[in-house]
Amino acid sequence: MTAELAERATERAVDAHVQIATADGGWTTVCGVAQLVPGRGVAALVDGEQVAVFLDRDGTVYAVGNLDPFSGAHVISRGLVGSRKGVPVVMSPMYKEAFDLRTGLCLDGDDQAVALPVHEVRVRETVAAEVV
Amino acid sequence: MVGQRFLEALAERGGSWRVTVLCEEPRAAYDRVHLTSYFSGTRADELSMVPAGFLDEHGIDLRLGDPATSVDRAARTVTARSGEVFGYDALVLATGSFPFVPPVPGHDAEGCFVYRTIEDLEAIESWARTATTGAVVGGGLLGLEAAGALKAMGLDTHVVEFAPRLMALQVDEGGGAALRRKIEELGVTVHAGAGTQEIGVGDDGRACAMSLSNGEKLDVDLVIFSAGVRPRDQLARDCGLDVGERGGIVVDATCRTSDPHVWAIGECALASDGRVYGLVAPGYQMAEAVARELTDGTGSFTGADTSTKLKLLGVDVASFGDAHGTAEGCLEVLYSNSREGVYKKLVVSADGRLLGGVLVGDAGSYDLLRPLCLSGAELPAPPEQLVLPASAGAPVAIGVSALPDEALVCSCHNVSKGAIRSAVTADGCADVPSVKKCTRAGTGCGSCVKMLTTIVRDELTANGVEVAKGLCEHFEHTRAELFEIIQVRGITGFARLVDEHGTGSGCDICKPVVASILASLSNGHILDGEQASLQDTNDHFLANLQRNGSYSVVPRIPGGEITPASLITIGEVARDFGLYTKITGGQRIDLFGASVDQLPLIWKRLVDAGFESGHAYGKALRTVKSCVGETWCRYGVQDSVGLAIELELRYRGLRSPHKLKSAVSGCARECAEAQSKDFGVIATSAGWNLYVGGNGGMTPRHADLLASDLDHDTLIRTIDRFLMFYIRTAERLERTAPWVERMEGGLDHLRAVIMDDSLGICDDLDELMQRHVETYEDEWRATLEDPDRLRRFVSFVNAPGTPDPSVTFVAERDQIRPAKPGEDGAPLPTAGLIAGPTLEVRTS
Repeated sequence: MTAELAERATERAVDAHVQIATADGGWTTVCGVAQLVPGRGVAALVDGEQVAVFLDRDGTVYAVGNLDPFSGAHVISRGLVGSRKGVPVVMSPMYKEAFDLRTGLCLDGDDQAVALPVHEVRVRETVAAEVV
Repeated sequence: MVGQRFLEALAERGGSWRVTVLCEEPRAAYDRVHLTSYFSGTRADELSMVPAGFLDEHGIDLRLGDPATSVDRAARTVTARSGEVFGYDALVLATGSFPFVPPVPGHDAEGCFVYRTIEDLEAIESWARTATTGAVVGGGLLGLEAAGALKAMGLDTHVVEFAPRLMALQVDEGGGAALRRKIEELGVTVHAGAGTQEIGVGDDGRACAMSLSNGEKLDVDLVIFSAGVRPRDQLARDCGLDVGERGGIVVDATCRTSDPHVWAIGECALASDGRVYGLVAPGYQMAEAVARELTDGTGSFTGADTSTKLKLLGVDVASFGDAHGTAEGCLEVLYSNSREGVYKKLVVSADGRLLGGVLVGDAGSYDLLRPLCLSGAELPAPPEQLVLPASAGAPVAIGVSALPDEALVCSCHNVSKGAIRSAVTADGCADVPSVKKCTRAGTGCGSCVKMLTTIVRDELTANGVEVAKGLCEHFEHTRAELFEIIQVRGITGFARLVDEHGTGSGCDICKPVVASILASLSNGHILDGEQASLQDTNDHFLANLQRNGSYSVVPRIPGGEITPASLITIGEVARDFGLYTKITGGQRIDLFGASVDQLPLIWKRLVDAGFESGHAYGKALRTVKSCVGETWCRYGVQDSVGLAIELELRYRGLRSPHKLKSAVSGCARECAEAQSKDFGVIATSAGWNLYVGGNGGMTPRHADLLASDLDHDTLIRTIDRFLMFYIRTAERLERTAPWVERMEGGLDHLRAVIMDDSLGICDDLDELMQRHVETYEDEWRATLEDPDRLRRFVSFVNAPGTPDPSVTFVAERDQIRPAKPGEDGAPLPTAGLIAGPTLEVRTS
């Protein structure tokens, strides 16, 4: 590559990926942001555990445990995403309890102590050097 | 439960009591009233009644598994089983009762149980796994619950009752007969007027038979005694407290025993009115009385309401007030319909006041009748009109507004209608949760919450507070209003709708409603673009979510007509994917146990064989059932199969406020049960009769005849308009039956709108339906043809092809079923490797 060509190489983001913190302190990429539908979730396997990943309408990504504590089924990722009094929530598709996407806390039922585990999540853009 | 209520009442009132609780069971207080729900999957910890942190917060010292064994009243000490000695200023006995086991030979054999604690239930559950036939001794409330539990565990079930009828304490002879019929219909064998003489014991020490006093002999391998309870008063007897002749610790109007430092509450106490109360509401009242007595000396308990309402084995049973009509000069008003299994009796005084009643099979009016009875107010209508069903002439809808302020709404916590109104008006409670918190109403058994909600709403309205009629916090509109907005403004997505007409980002209430409206207005594939984020999980995966996270597949079988080749295809698909199969009530075939990953593979096979989606997942047209009609039937007068297929294909995929079911019968014999459908057609020799607004389910309703002897085209046009008018104006999840019932002007109005075009909207309705019919496409075919839509059908986004390992099954009756907690299930084969079921299915 000549110096002249190298000058014309530009850096641009080719894709944004969702990454979830792993037990050993690292990050694992689970999917591209483009694979997520705003207002819906997907399930992912992280360290053998099921994680539900959501993309909110405003572009925020959340990750909580996929196990619904009320039904015992791994279905949280299939719930509807919305808001309750401004709090972003996912509603379990089984019996419809709402969980705060930021804290995992259940907002329904008498037992306020029920919560989904919350996983650290971040969006990273994959940057590629492109020569034009 | 009563002990826990006492602790709460004491804590609420403050005071300086230091409390130690000696508890016999290995767990803190739990909800014994809902004990049976343990068998339907409620976990022991979910039955707990002790709020997290409650004990610590109030400094209560709870000793589990360490019951009191003796009381030294002179020294004012209690000794526990552990040997520890506790001093007291006040001692409250809440020792409850123990189940009475008749001392018949063999009563202590292995396989004999009582039904009282979670440990009892665990033991029954584990024994029942190897048992085939069970008997319950005692046909009271608890006995019938126990029978229901045995039935649910798959045992042949008998109930043996010494009295001549079931629930002899609560219901009269007529009610007992109706109850018996209902319970026998459920497959439980009832032996009334029979005593248990002996439990036969096999060589292995296990119960194996039962002899009854009427000479019957039953082969049983599990027996539950539920022949009543006795107060647990031994502790009191041993320390010399007064006890009643037939048991129970004698207490006065403040629940104080013969020792001024000792109180007794709940089922162990013999109240000052000479009764031992075996219900939770009076126990709670005693608990509160003692808490008041210990804090400010104002406690009193002199008797309580013993009304009961239960759903036993799915049968409504209620009794209240003077149910047996013992008052002098009282009159009984009866309605009995053995065919429907409904029995209602009101006991009325000579001057027209309600004294009591019994309701079996339909206890819908209990919530209003009981407070009317307790308040002694005048009846708002002649009593016979209060027991007649809607179908037998003009019923009087007595509303909550007819109740006087003294009427007791919540009998668990003794809250009157007046107290609820005052919570709204004087204490400023603006919604049901705050009224619950303020008054405790509705926080006991919960049966009054519906009425509570109505009273709060009425009171708010009366105070000029605008009560939100909107769908949810995101929209102030009703479903019908949103429909008009979306249609008139041409809105095609949720984002624009919520930005312009709502707030926030939606929820599980408004999103599916908007999804349904957009789909009704033929807005393309339901999984396209923004619509994808609105669908409930069933619509999202075009399949029905089942309890373990697997899905079911239901191909459309229009009119129930199917060729042998298609039938074989379904069988082959089910076999190859290891699915559970069942014929549905709507003449289709359910295939259960598919993982998300398998759905496209299964549907590929079905679509290739010519099947379409049956929309079993959506709020949409489900089935049009049919009889064989004139083609084969000797009595048929029209081609019911042909019409059913035509209707099902015309309305397939039509999204509506709730699911829609239909049927066509070829003659008045009505083999397709068209009168229990949202719209049903019955052939006449002159054409078709159209019925609308019927349904099965929880509150069945016969459909109303809308029009007679219609020709084919008029019939179709009328149904088109009926459906579109319903879709346009019904509320969220409102089926056609309540929609028709609440319509102002009733059937005549409906007829005028859709047959005479009185509102001038028929062209619109016709056009909407025409668009639906023309633009219909099979959702599964369209999904399979589109890689973007298919991408969502994976269990894990980062491991496509790996099925969810938590979805497991076990074999039962040669097929699969979801593994229950604690069962060792196996997953189905992975999506890519289809080689028949890997589960070993026992055939023995």
